[in-house]
Amino acid sequence: MSLMEKQNFFDSKAVDGLDRVDGRLKVTGAARYSAEFPIPKLTYGVLVTSTVAGGKIQSIDAKKAEHAPGVLAVISHFNAPQIPGYSEGSNPAKGQTTKGQPLRVFSDDTIYFYGQPVALVVADTLERAQFAAGLVQAQYQKASFQTDFDTNVTAADFPSQAKNRNSNGDYLRGEADAYKNAPVKIEAEYVIPTEVHNPMELQSIIAVWDTADKVTVYDKTQSLKGAQGTIAQAFKIPVENVQVVATYVGGAFGNALRTWPHEIAAVMAAQKVGRPVKVVISREQMFTMVGYRPYTWQKVGLGATADGKLVGISHEAISQTSTYEEFTEGTVNVSKFLYACPNVNTRYKILPLNVSTPTWMRGPGEASGAFALDCAMDELAYQLNLDPIELRLRNHADTDPERNLPWSSKYLKECYQEAADRIGWFKRNPKPRSMKTEDGMLIGYGMGTGSFSAGRSAATASIQMSADGTYTIQCATTDIGPGTATAMVQIASDVLQVPVEKIKFQLGNSSFPKAPSQGGSSTVSTVGSAVTAVCISLKNKLGELAIGQGEAASVKPADLTFANGQISSKDQSIKIAYADVLKKHSLPNLEVTEESKSGEERRKYSFYSFSVHFVEVNVHPATGQVKVKRVVSCADAGKIINHKTAGSQVIGGAIGGIGMALMEEAVIDNRFGRYVNNNLADYHVPVHADIPAIDAVFIDKKDPYINPMGSKGVGEISLIGMAAAVANAVFHATGKRVRDLPITPDKLV
Amino acid sequence: MNQFQYVRATTAKTAIGALVKDPSATFLAGGTNLIDLMKNGVTAPQKLIDINPIPLTEIRKQSNSIYIGALATNTDVADHKLVLQNQPLLSLALNAGASAQLRNVATIGGNMMQRTRCFYFNNPDLPCNKRQPGSGCGALEGYNRMHAIFGASPQCVAVNPSDMSVALAALDATVLISGPKGDRRILFTDFHRLPGDHPEKDNNLMKGELITGIEIPDNAFGKTVHYLKVRDRSSYAFALVSVAAALNIKNNTIKEARLAMGGVAHKPWRLTEAEKALVGKPATEATFKQAAEIAMQGAKGLKYNSFKLKMAPNTIIEALKTASGIA
Repeated sequence: MSLMEKQNFFDSKAVDGLDRVDGRLKVTGAARYSAEFPIPKLTYGVLVTSTVAGGKIQSIDAKKAEHAPGVLAVISHFNAPQIPGYSEGSNPAKGQTTKGQPLRVFSDDTIYFYGQPVALVVADTLERAQFAAGLVQAQYQKASFQTDFDTNVTAADFPSQAKNRNSNGDYLRGEADAYKNAPVKIEAEYVIPTEVHNPMELQSIIAVWDTADKVTVYDKTQSLKGAQGTIAQAFKIPVENVQVVATYVGGAFGNALRTWPHEIAAVMAAQKVGRPVKVVISREQMFTMVGYRPYTWQKVGLGATADGKLVGISHEAISQTSTYEEFTEGTVNVSKFLYACPNVNTRYKILPLNVSTPTWMRGPGEASGAFALDCAMDELAYQLNLDPIELRLRNHADTDPERNLPWSSKYLKECYQEAADRIGWFKRNPKPRSMKTEDGMLIGYGMGTGSFSAGRSAATASIQMSADGTYTIQCATTDIGPGTATAMVQIASDVLQVPVEKIKFQLGNSSFPKAPSQGGSSTVSTVGSAVTAVCISLKNKLGELAIGQGEAASVKPADLTFANGQISSKDQSIKIAYADVLKKHSLPNLEVTEESKSGEERRKYSFYSFSVHFVEVNVHPATGQVKVKRVVSCADAGKIINHKTAGSQVIGGAIGGIGMALMEEAVIDNRFGRYVNNNLADYHVPVHADIPAIDAVFIDKKDPYINPMGSKGVGEISLIGMAAAVANAVFHATGKRVRDLPITPDKLV
Repeated sequence: MNQFQYVRATTAKTAIGALVKDPSATFLAGGTNLIDLMKNGVTAPQKLIDINPIPLTEIRKQSNSIYIGALATNTDVADHKLVLQNQPLLSLALNAGASAQLRNVATIGGNMMQRTRCFYFNNPDLPCNKRQPGSGCGALEGYNRMHAIFGASPQCVAVNPSDMSVALAALDATVLISGPKGDRRILFTDFHRLPGDHPEKDNNLMKGELITGIEIPDNAFGKTVHYLKVRDRSSYAFALVSVAAALNIKNNTIKEARLAMGGVAHKPWRLTEAEKALVGKPATEATFKQAAEIAMQGAKGLKYNSFKLKMAPNTIIEALKTASGIA
């Protein structure tokens, strides 16, 4: 089958990326994570959490705990020092998209959800703190609570922000529900259960008050500036008096984008006991204290002409949130732009329940939305008797139909072709339940599309060049795993034209120049641009110094070339190594700081990354067990700075998507309002034996407008669309549509 | 975790003596389950009697059986030449359990003694008659996807989580026990209990008794065996349903059959009626289907586990097909 004219594919030869600059430190255990800083006079805090999902704390009997050996304090709302920032009613996390009042730890007696922190026991050793925490007895005045999504779904409402608008946030292009009158249509409901980020590293913080109004926190965070601002606001101290250190982060997937109650509790406790306090929350507490992907119900209607042109898309979603905050995300957004369609309407509601507040989890809402949309597209393709890729190509959006703008770059068609070829898509028999292995396993092929905004915001970087020819770049970004420092060193090396060994990139400290949170697939784009800018600025400065006042003063900066660590002018009157420029001017070092941000291009183009996932599964016809046999993920993420680290990110995203499709589900027993499988034995994420070799492919073509590197983001798109690919493959294998994730064996048997 | 005392025993006799003296003490072997339970507040022994120094790790051939010491690790047993040669079904079942890291530490006796992984048992805030008699069964009306379809009582619907035990039940193993009153032997199938009105009792060990080993009689099944475990992921997940099958087929007629299921009851669920239905019949899918039907008699589903009523017979048929090589 020839789907499209084979375009000039970019030759994405695997370029061996630079090994992670911190790889050796990580594998030898020398990399220091937040909980590992050796702090003198350190104490240990263990949180006691509520055992009811609603009501009031009547009493907390802390006597036994207080008298237990080594205990320094048992802090609860009965004796907690007033957090000054809480008193004035301001939202300490102002400016973030989650509306409402973040949980104010130990500020009153209200219980909003099961697992809410009610006390913090501080002791001189972890074991003593844990033992004493078990002695704290809390009594509750129980009140009714609601955690059941299905029985409460009629209480779902538009987010209050959206209600301020006439449309309630509803999106409409053309005619609403046009799919209903289309010649061919499908309508289906999809459910994604609650998923918990569950990175390997537990959330951890060490709070150290250096003076009465200066605090340092070694904190697991994706947002140094966010944590710094939130702590400063809570404790009413100047922002610069809060130093946040997060040199290494052991995975986060979004759950360290916010500053959570345990962090405020640790800072408060350190103040109260007058010693540094470390709090590492437990795996069980990871389910209720640091966000999760919200349980989401969706309904998608698709209508098409008989030849497969989309006539209408309707996409409705309801997601759970807490009773004290409105968490919203872009669940239905993908339907507005992913396919060309004249009539699109979306609706997004939230349902407050007695649970903690959800937060972004890799791919975030777009991943939930793409699961529904791309499963629906598969269903429509079968209804039309059309190849699922062909259906997508016939509805390919050549420009952004939502914003009516050209794409900055889009190689989605190339992704389809490349990935389809690699997995052998066109050799399959598209008929469901038609393919079997020799030993009787049902074979299925499925695909899904992913897309996520390719962002770029403002960031500042500094560079210090020493006369010995080494360079240190600083920026207050983090590395939650993608290899940020490695990519930045490569970018700097490329711009400066000096070897990577000469360059150090330092991150993970709020005292470095400002960068945004590490989220939304925008770090390479944003921070990489600042690194580029500061390196160019350094080169300019070196150029000026090289030209100097002497005989070469007639040379124009534009006549200079920078290569192999040398500056030379066209007329050869200047030929000098960078380091010699400093020596010539007797400068021990040279320091430059630059900010970089997006500009006018954001109004002229629509910026998105795209991905395509193809999956081959085997399904046991009798037991319903699904085994993923092959995965090909192809991404259009602009220029790839490091194929190795970017490839690892795609592999990680694919594994996350497989987990989402086949395993992950945090289950609440609604009688008690609590999770029952809140540990890593019962909350399943894939293990090695579940994952085949994953073919991560990049189109690797520059985006001409986004940033100097031409790089878009990889993190989200490597997961978005993956669950749909697996679900569609399971359908092809079995003929059975499972629309509520995860697709466990019981649903197929 | 509560404070506790820790002592080491170097002989079975001193271990038993120490346990008899202190009713709040418990034996510690691999600790892969016990320590977790202590950390989670499910159990709080005042004293741990570490039995690891007792020389009970031997695996040897006896005249009509093989003997496995209670402290042999799951890995050592699964990989042992004698086991692979004589009892490959046991090796398959062991390797289907837990993860490699756990199998390296967990012992055979400890495997038999492991507690249920019922969510309600493992969470001290929730009701559970097994953990706290009289508090009610949280799973009966709760999230009972992993739970029993056979032999449950209104007091408890939990299942035994062991894979190894399913194979040992099928293989007619015997449990060797030492106690204050001397040594005794229990058929493996009589070792674990159904919950009845005393779900707090997982097995028929008496106070002060120590498992010292198991014996598995020689058999004629050879390689015509299979252990099929259906689970939510490929490793480190408990069985939704598992089946241990062993057949002795001569001239396409089944001479002997052994079948047991895991993940369906409070104890490894031996299917003697189904075995009888297999004997004398040709090894065909039709025969296996009939046996599976018989095996499922009396099964009862709960709100979230009714899928097992279909998954279990399917798994029996698949296991028999694979064992007999007709798949």
